[in-house]
Amino acid sequence: MTREQQRKIEGGIALTFSTLAALLGLFWLVFILGDVLVHGIKALNPSLFLNDPSPPGTEGGGLRNAFIGQMLITLCATLIGVPVGVLGGTFLAEYARGTKIARVISVLADIMVSVPSIVIGTFIYAALVIPIGHFNGWAGAVALSVIMIPVVLRTTEDMLSLVSWTVREAAFALGAPYYKVITQVVYRGAATGILTGILLSIARVAGETAPLLFTSFNNSFFSWDMNRPMASLTVTIFQYAMGPYDDWHKQAWAAAFVITIFILMLTILGRLIIKWRYS
Amino acid sequence: MAITFNKKNPVDLIFSTITALASLTVIFLIIGIIYVLVSESSLAIRKFGVIKFLTSTDWNPVKESFGALTNIYGTVVTTFLSLAFAIPVALGIAIFVTEIAPKFLKGPIGIAIELLAAIPSIIYGMWGLFTLSPIMSTYVEPFLKRITAGMPFVNILFQGTPMGIDILTASVILSIMIIPFTASISRDSFNLTPSVVKESAYAIGATQWEVVKNVVIPYSKLGVFGGIVLSLGRALGETMAVAFVLGNNHRITTSLLDAAATITVTLANEFAEADNDVYLSSLFYLALVLFVMSFITLAIAKFFLLKAERKYSR
Repeated sequence: MTREQQRKIEGGIALTFSTLAALLGLFWLVFILGDVLVHGIKALNPSLFLNDPSPPGTEGGGLRNAFIGQMLITLCATLIGVPVGVLGGTFLAEYARGTKIARVISVLADIMVSVPSIVIGTFIYAALVIPIGHFNGWAGAVALSVIMIPVVLRTTEDMLSLVSWTVREAAFALGAPYYKVITQVVYRGAATGILTGILLSIARVAGETAPLLFTSFNNSFFSWDMNRPMASLTVTIFQYAMGPYDDWHKQAWAAAFVITIFILMLTILGRLIIKWRYS
Repeated sequence: MAITFNKKNPVDLIFSTITALASLTVIFLIIGIIYVLVSESSLAIRKFGVIKFLTSTDWNPVKESFGALTNIYGTVVTTFLSLAFAIPVALGIAIFVTEIAPKFLKGPIGIAIELLAAIPSIIYGMWGLFTLSPIMSTYVEPFLKRITAGMPFVNILFQGTPMGIDILTASVILSIMIIPFTASISRDSFNLTPSVVKESAYAIGATQWEVVKNVVIPYSKLGVFGGIVLSLGRALGETMAVAFVLGNNHRITTSLLDAAATITVTLANEFAEADNDVYLSSLFYLALVLFVMSFITLAIAKFFLLKAERKYSR
């Protein structure tokens, strides 16, 4: 065998392996999604959305409390996390642009994005559950917003930095004070990007379970009251999937189906917006 | 780009203060987390000390005696096993997407990776419990047992009854979860290799694989390494993907077919049930250990990624 043939064969083998790796990645995606779809659609029915859970072990019942609870908690987390994140990102990209403190906060926020979410759950437990005396929905919302803030902050910073400096100079030249430049010029230029970041951050926290386990906990009754323990889809999935009843398992699949579809739609929407805006 | 805003404008002053406070929440949160975890675990710190807590394998709520070693062991073993499974696949995907794939495939596979990363960890965990675990216990694990039966030392890794609820299954799920992170960071790093450098390698007759091996990988190794350490940090703190299939077994086991406990799994299973102060305080102590471990790992990852960024931007 000549040296050339040897090199070609070696290359062929290596590239075949990397193609196989890509196929393996696709295989897992299809396997997991397919499994969730098949089991989920089978278990999907109207009573899932309209009824509250029936007593453990009895057939029927639904997850209305968990759907409402999940929505409330995620909504409140968004209402807390988005303003703080967007304003914080504004400081880093505008008033503190290029300073040391901005760089430090930016790096720390990047680290916070990946800090184990269960640790944040224990932190909020000590900060908001122990003082109040019982699990409550607000604690869950705050725990999720703690995860959300660094994500939104970093995206906002990046998106504002993409707006070219000459645009700001043009506004300055008209005599506009900096806050007007930011709110009326820079925000407008970066709006799509920031919105996408917010969508993706909602997708990120909507699937979080660990920080809710000991903050909002769970509640088998329907409730709008954020001061009381509150059911969420993710914690319910955990409880039902680990539970002994077949009916619970079915409902867990259905809940998993709903939440997966919701998150994947948000993610795809976010990607489409980026593609449409920045290509 | 100097900051030239008029500090005398009162609205500007207010707006800049508000935004500054908002950005400082990140620092407040980190300080708050450290403060809360330390003060809540102070009881356990006083009772068990640092070295003793980290090296004791005792985890006994009845006797109120707690040590973290079994949990740390579980965390480290599942993390490194999952990285060992994930890194080759992730690098393969990155090479495929950047170098081999025809243009019409690049987009779809990129999206597939993003979607795999977006699936919440609880879905991975549940899928692991209902789908992967039975497959592991009926097909994969008996097979591994059979082929390793005659091998000395290796067979220690596969002792015991294949139940599907064990370190091996948990590591496989964890690896599927971190493949997309590692793959997308590696892909981004590979993409930064200047095409001029690659083209000059092709011009002297290098094959596609030789370009990847001798040009692209050496050029982007800092970024890829940062990405791997980042995935390590993520894997350390992953809870729900492993909580379903690891059991909650506070023992140090040599077999991959045994149940184990990670720090995260212990917290998820026992935190809401801790019925006395020492127990709860020890769980906070565990959370503190996990926080410190992952913070240091993530800081190292960030260091390498920043270094890589500086190198490429030159």
